[in-house]
Order: sequence, then structure tokens, then C-alpha cells
Amino acid sequence: MFDRRLIENFDWGFLIVIFSICCIGLVVLFSALTAGQEAGAVSSLFKKQMVWMGSGFIIMIVLTMVDYRELDKLQLFIYAFCAGLLVIVLIFGQISGGSRRWLAIGFLRIQPSELMKIALIISLASAYSTSVTQTGINFRKLIKPAVLSLIPFALIVDQPDLGTAMLLILIAGSITLFVKVERKVFFSLFITGLSAIPLLWFMLKDYQKDRILTFLNPDRDPLGSGYHIIQSKIAIGSGMLSGKGFLKGTQNALSFLPEQHTDFIVSVLAEEWGLMGISVLLILYFILLLWGLNIAYNCRNMFGSILAFGIIAMIFWQIFINTGMVMGLMPVVGVPLPLVSYGGSSVTTNMVGFGILLNISMRKFSSH
Amino acid sequence: MTEFGKNPDREWLKQRIIGVSICIIFAFSVLFLRFTYLQIIKGEEFRLLSEKNAVRLTSIKAPRGLILDRDRKLLVDNRPSFNLKIMLEDAGNVKETVHKISQMIDIPFEELMKKISDAGQGAFYKPVTLQDDISRDHLAIVEAHKFDLPGVFIDIEPTRHYIYKKIASHLLGYLGEVNNDELLSGKYPNVKSGDSIGRYGVEKSFEPYLQGKRGGRQIEVDANGRTIKVLKTVEPITGLDLKLTIDLDLQQTAEKMLEDKHGAVVALDPNTGDVLVMASAPGFDQNDFVGGINSKKWKALMSDRGKPMTNKAIQGEYPPASTYKIITSIAALEEKEIDIHTTAFCPGFFRYGNRVYRCWNKNGHGNVSVIEAVTQSCDVFYYQAGDKVGVDTLAKYAMGCGLNKKTGVLLEDERKGLIPTSLWKKKRFNEAWHRGETLSIAIGQGYDLVTPMQMAVFIAAVGNGGTLYKPRIVSGIEGSQGNLIKEIPVEVTGKLPAGKKTLEIIQKGLLGVVENDRGTAKRIRLKHVKIAGKTGTAQVFSVKSGEKLKTEHLDFYLRDHAWFICYAPAENPVIAVSVLIEHGAHGSTAAAPIAGALIGQYINDPSAEGLEKNSSEDETQE
Repeated sequence: MFDRRLIENFDWGFLIVIFSICCIGLVVLFSALTAGQEAGAVSSLFKKQMVWMGSGFIIMIVLTMVDYRELDKLQLFIYAFCAGLLVIVLIFGQISGGSRRWLAIGFLRIQPSELMKIALIISLASAYSTSVTQTGINFRKLIKPAVLSLIPFALIVDQPDLGTAMLLILIAGSITLFVKVERKVFFSLFITGLSAIPLLWFMLKDYQKDRILTFLNPDRDPLGSGYHIIQSKIAIGSGMLSGKGFLKGTQNALSFLPEQHTDFIVSVLAEEWGLMGISVLLILYFILLLWGLNIAYNCRNMFGSILAFGIIAMIFWQIFINTGMVMGLMPVVGVPLPLVSYGGSSVTTNMVGFGILLNISMRKFSSH
Repeated sequence: MTEFGKNPDREWLKQRIIGVSICIIFAFSVLFLRFTYLQIIKGEEFRLLSEKNAVRLTSIKAPRGLILDRDRKLLVDNRPSFNLKIMLEDAGNVKETVHKISQMIDIPFEELMKKISDAGQGAFYKPVTLQDDISRDHLAIVEAHKFDLPGVFIDIEPTRHYIYKKIASHLLGYLGEVNNDELLSGKYPNVKSGDSIGRYGVEKSFEPYLQGKRGGRQIEVDANGRTIKVLKTVEPITGLDLKLTIDLDLQQTAEKMLEDKHGAVVALDPNTGDVLVMASAPGFDQNDFVGGINSKKWKALMSDRGKPMTNKAIQGEYPPASTYKIITSIAALEEKEIDIHTTAFCPGFFRYGNRVYRCWNKNGHGNVSVIEAVTQSCDVFYYQAGDKVGVDTLAKYAMGCGLNKKTGVLLEDERKGLIPTSLWKKKRFNEAWHRGETLSIAIGQGYDLVTPMQMAVFIAAVGNGGTLYKPRIVSGIEGSQGNLIKEIPVEVTGKLPAGKKTLEIIQKGLLGVVENDRGTAKRIRLKHVKIAGKTGTAQVFSVKSGEKLKTEHLDFYLRDHAWFICYAPAENPVIAVSVLIEHGAHGSTAAAPIAGALIGQYINDPSAEGLEKNSSEDETQE
């Protein structure tokens, strides 16, 4: 039975913010595709993205119908399912761009590492919700979350997909800091983290080391990512205050931007719409994040609060890494911009996240 | 402290949320300030750069590794090639510019325009090659008119250069442009479309070492596409050098003696398996392949009956003929069917069942022992020995001597020859083996097939006391300072299935071939160096019994193949040679002098000098 109060409590404002970002995303995607692809591919890719967004909204609404607290009970099953998919992808996955990330099921191609992000957030929220204390988490209670995070991390590093693996650790770390750890735990984690770096370094393969060194210093690779960053900076900077106008971006049109419809899409926005366009997008993201935090705050349930925060962390890190990367503030990592970059897995995962947030928001007044 | 239970403490949660909000505000401020910096403060500058599309990438081709001989003499290096290119975006009036160019370099306007249209749409921002490797004269003209030719530039790239024309062409190989399938295969991660990769010989089998790695430049250009400044450079990494085991002087002598002949010469160091000479005739000029061979030359090479594109040293399969008698001797001695004293009477033929098998010497050899049989190559002795041993035991020994399998030389498409067994015949023809066939096999005719390389490895083993080596063509891979990067070790692949006593008997017989006055190759006897060897004449076309046809009356392609395999000095060999001359008629006249000349040169015996010329003299000896 569906409580009428739930519909009254539906968070329309949050939905409008998401919808607005999707609209901006589609406009920019159209520019990027027009420049980078053949005419036939433009409409086909654009339509695909629309379909993913449409189905994303449906998934989001469907997800609001089942109480999010059910997730607490199902968390182990969801986690095991996603980890299983990660193992399968390592064995049977399709190779593209040198790594195994995709799993083909019929006509669907899914990227299990994307689903794993949500699964890990749910499992961590579940684990921490019973162990949170005023002073913070102690060592013993940290073992389970650590194991939960490291299993998918190792599986994804092995694909290899360093961007997603790093994102996973950032999300897990953010949640852990959010629920607070004991001071001594914090410092010893910090120190073991630092001392683990050289150890991890030796475990990496040569080409992985090479990629990380280039991440840290794009100048090492002036013909690859170093060049991409320069072109991206020229694109962004040349947009100036008001931009060159819709479909008038020259950097974009000349195909000088790499991956212009996925990882580098924000450069297209900046070139064609200028700082004004960028400001609108940043403000919308900002509202989205704070709105989400408000949902976490208003939730009367520890699991829900941590879950909501985890999703906010996931969205935040994607925004921060992606925009930081295209501006040369961050190493070049393949992390898409939520709801703007082209890509079905990314759109769907984020929509699932927003669905959970809406779900928590609707049930803020019901408590156990 | 207390646990919260299911519901969070409001005050605690508020404090956490405020902390997170501050972090988010801070992060967004950083992003916003960075956008402001790029778009407002540096905006003007970037706008200018974007309008000129001024930052470009150019690629720098890596020079391929060099190829040296065993004494570090340069065999293959790189020379600069001046490639004329055009950047359409900067060219202004493309037709006008191309028109001028076509007059300067004498290439039809239409041909140049076709190259531009072939390059397709995406080519507008990438240089299009108008003509690779233009001559110095054309280069001078183009350079002088540089300022009338907007967008046109000369790209200097290293190109392969084979220093000695037609020398060791099959061994060294050549390059060819990489094709799309190869690019997609992922086997060549550092190769881009338009690059060349090894297609034949060591150029192919050592491709990963020779290749090197492309570099590149980030450059800022002006409105005409001319470089204003180089922003960043990644130097190309030169490929590694190959040090071959080949002896250039000896190789040249072998090639010279093979001129106008069809055949192959292999010389090995019998103590390491190092290949001193690998020559196959007719050959081809590798420089024809640089920058793509034209179809006319390619067709001519492919339709030549002498098969210039086949490396006959490892791909030519021939009946071993009398050289195989060494193996029949080993088998008979080891199986104790004969010993050093066993003799056979040769009246010039051998009656077996209701057939008559002839000896090459119709007058007969009289009573011969195994040593005399090797020396005089008596067929009748081996009909009897072979019959006693039987085809399958004979095959077992032949395989033990390294036949019927590849020698393992690091070149593509080596052939393994064929040693028949009764089982093989059953499978192949579904027929039982006739004992009479064994008689043909025993003297190396019939189904037997071997390559000159296999025979070289085998005779080297006979000379060195029984060790079979894998022929080594590259001894080391070196950096450009001559520093050894990787050593290719000497490899033993097996032992001859012959005891010390057996080998001593064989060696004595082989020495007689040259040193005994009844030996079949006594004509190549040298003053200071003793050669031990074996001649062979492989039938291509069998002349009906009774009809005695003179060789010169036979069509060239029906004439017999000539073999000579040997090692020297006989007492302590330092070189083993295997020579096969297709349709050369007699081993003693066509093949043996080449081996003699090589040995004379290698061990420095001047008495070998006459051998090169008198190989045409006719002699009816085997």
C-alpha cells in the first residue's frame, strides 16, 4: 500500500534541478557530437543518450516506490551480485581501449564497475550505521568496511580502470571520514596510507606506472595527455565571458579536443557558452549537492543519512575530478561528468543514485 | 562512548553536514576561480591561440636499428629521405600551390591532386604527403621557392638503406608499409599508419628490436603554418642494432660465384652453428622495396622461374642424392649390418628381384669397403647396405641427424623437408612400402627431401664430432653505443646418432672424397687445407635406361641438381659449407668449387683462387 504522505512529500525541487542539468547536458552533447562525429552518428548517439536519460528517470521514479530501508536488508546480496559481475567481466569481458570493462548481455552492454559504486555505498552505509559512535569508529570496526572497499578496488584495478578504482576509494574514504573515526585511527590510517604507496608502486605493471607518472605530470607526455590539456585549456579560455555561441566553438569544431563528447565535454560548454554558461552549470551542481546534504540531514535514520551522503560524495568527486582534469588541475583520468558526459552506464548509475536520494527525501518523516 | 542506535544524534549530524558543506563550497570556489582565471584573465590570449589553431603536434620517426656483420661492418643503415608534404589548412589556394609544385618536381598536377583527395576529409588539419623521397635537385628548387608555396614543407625522415646491392637479400629481408589489419591486430603498438615494418628476413623476425619508438613535437605555428617555436619535444628512441654472424667478405664471394646460377650456399662455424654465409640465387635488390616496390618490378620478381623471392637455403627442398650416403653409412655401421672391413663387389649395377639398379659408374668400382664407398660414392654398396638396414631404421637415423624437422633458424617459413617411412607412405598414398624403394632412398633419391641449411648443420656435426647446433644468424642485439642489450646464445639441438668409431670411419671416407685420387671431388684439393666432403647429383628427370643423354642436350630445368657438403680443415674444422646448384648437373663440377673457394678464402689458402673459374670444365664423375 502506498502512503499518500509519500506523494505529498515528493521532492519536486530536487527533480527539477536534475532535469535542468540533463537539459544543459543534451545541448552541450549536441555541440560536441556535431563537431566530432559524422552526421548519421550524431543523431544516433544523441538519441541513445536521450533514451538513457529517459529510462534513467523511469528507474529513478521506480526506485522511490520501495522503502530505501529495504536496501539495508538486501545490501549483502546486492554487493555479492556486483562483485560477482566484476569477476565475470575480468574473465569474459569485452576489451576496449586496452582494458576489460564491459559485459555484453544480449544487446545490453553494462559496466559492472559503475554498479559497484552504488553497491559499495549501500554496504558501507549499512556497516557504519550500526557502528557509529560519538567519538568515532575504532580499528576493529573499520575492518569490515576496509575489506568491503578493497575487494572491488582490486578487481577494478585489474581491468585496469584506474579512474573508477580511484573514485571508489575516494567515495569509501569520504564516507569513513563523514561518520568520523577516532583520532588515533585517523592518524594511523593516514600514515599506513602513505607508507603503502611505495608498496603498491612495486605491484604495478610498467605501463600502469607510466600512466600514473603521466597523471601526475602531463608534461611527461606532451604528445598525448599533455597536448590534450593544452587544447582543452585553449578551448576553455577562448570561450571568455560569454562564449563563442552555440555550435560556434572552433576548438571543438576542429576536433582538437580528445573525447569531446565524454571526458572533455565541459571544455565544449566553456568554449561555446563562456564563463556564464559554466557558472550556470556549477551553480546547478552546487544546489544539487547541498540539496542532497539537506536530505541526509533531515533523514531520521542513520543508514539513510550515510547512504545519502555516500551518493553526494560520488557525484561530488566525479564533478571535481572531471572539471579539474580538463582545466589542468588534475591528472587526466577517465571520469565522466554526471548527466552531461555521453555514456549509458554513467547516466544510469547517477540516476539510480538520485532515485535513492529522492526515496530518502520522501520518507524523512517516517521513522522506526 | 554511547552508540547512537538507529537514529542519528541531531547535533552530531549537523556538525558533520556543516563540515561537508564547507568542503564543497571550498572545492567549488577553486573550480570557479580556475575557470575565471582561464576565461577572463587569460581569455584574450587563448582566444587568439584558438583562432590561429596555433598549437600542433608533429611526429618524429624513429631511425631503425642498424644491421652489422660479424666484424661490425655495416650492412644496413638509414639515410635521410626528403618527403614533400602540404598542410592544406595553410595552403591558401591549394590548386595554385600544387600547380607550382607539379612543375618544380615534374609530377603531373592530376597525380598530386589525387593524393590530396585520397587523403580524405580529415586530412585538412594533417599534413598530406605529395611525394616521398624527392631528389636533391628537386629539393633545392622547392627550398628556393619556399615563400611562394604556403603550407608546403619538407619533412626529413630516416629511410632504410641497404648498402650492398643484392647481397644477402634473403637473409636481411626488406620493409613494407604496415596494413590496416596489422595495425588493428595490436601486435605493433608503436606503429602508425604509413610506417614501414619488416616483411622478410631478419628485418621481419627481429622487428620488435629494430623498430624503435616514435617521438614528436608540440609546436606553435604562424598563420602560414610555419613553426614559430617548439614548445615541447619528445625525442624518438632509435631501434636496436643487430649483430649478425655473417662474414660479409665470404658472403660476397658466395654471391659472386652464384651469379647467373640458381641455388643456395650456406656456411657455418661448426663449433657454434654461427651462419657465416647464407646466399640464395637469384636474389633481389632490397632498395627496390624502400618506399614501396612498383607493381612492374614486383610482377617480374613473382613470375621469374628462378624464384628470386624464395630463400633457397631454408625454403628450397631437394633430394639429398649421394650426400645422403653418409646417413646410410651411419645407420648401417651403428646397426652393425656392416663394419669397417665389410666389402661389396660393384660390377656397375645391382640386380634386385627382376630389376637392375645402376651404379653411376657403369664400369663398376670392384670390391669396395665403406670408406671407399663414401670416397667413390659407389651406389651398389649402398643398395646393399640400405636393403639390410630397411627404410624405417634408415629414417630413424636420418631424423636423428636433424632431417625432417626445421633447423630452427630465426627466419620465417623455414621448410622441413621430408624423410619417408613405411607408415608415411601408407598414410600418404595408402600403399605398402616396396623394398626396392629402399634402394633409391639409400642413395638419397626417391621421396627424400632436404634443405641446404639442414645439410650444412648435419655436415658441421659430422666434422665437429657429432654436435648438432641451431644455426645462429644474429649473435647479439646492441644499443647504439655498441652496448650489448641481449645476447642470442649458441644452442645445441642434439647429437648425431653415431658413436666415435662410426664417425671416424665416415670422416676418413669424406676426406678421401677430396684427398684420394679416386675421390669424386679431388679437383678442389687445396695446398694447405684438407677438405672433407661429399658430392651429390640429384635427379630431376630420369633418363630412360640405355639412352645416354648428354647434359647439355637436356632442357635447363630438367638437368640434375648438384650438391656439395663439406667441412675444413678436416682434422679440426672451422667452417662447414653446403652448396646446392639447381640444374648444375654434377656436384663435383658445379657445387664443389664454390665450397672450395669459400674455404680457401676463409682459411686463407691462395691455391683456391683458380677454383672460381674452372667450374665449367666437364667431367663425368658423380
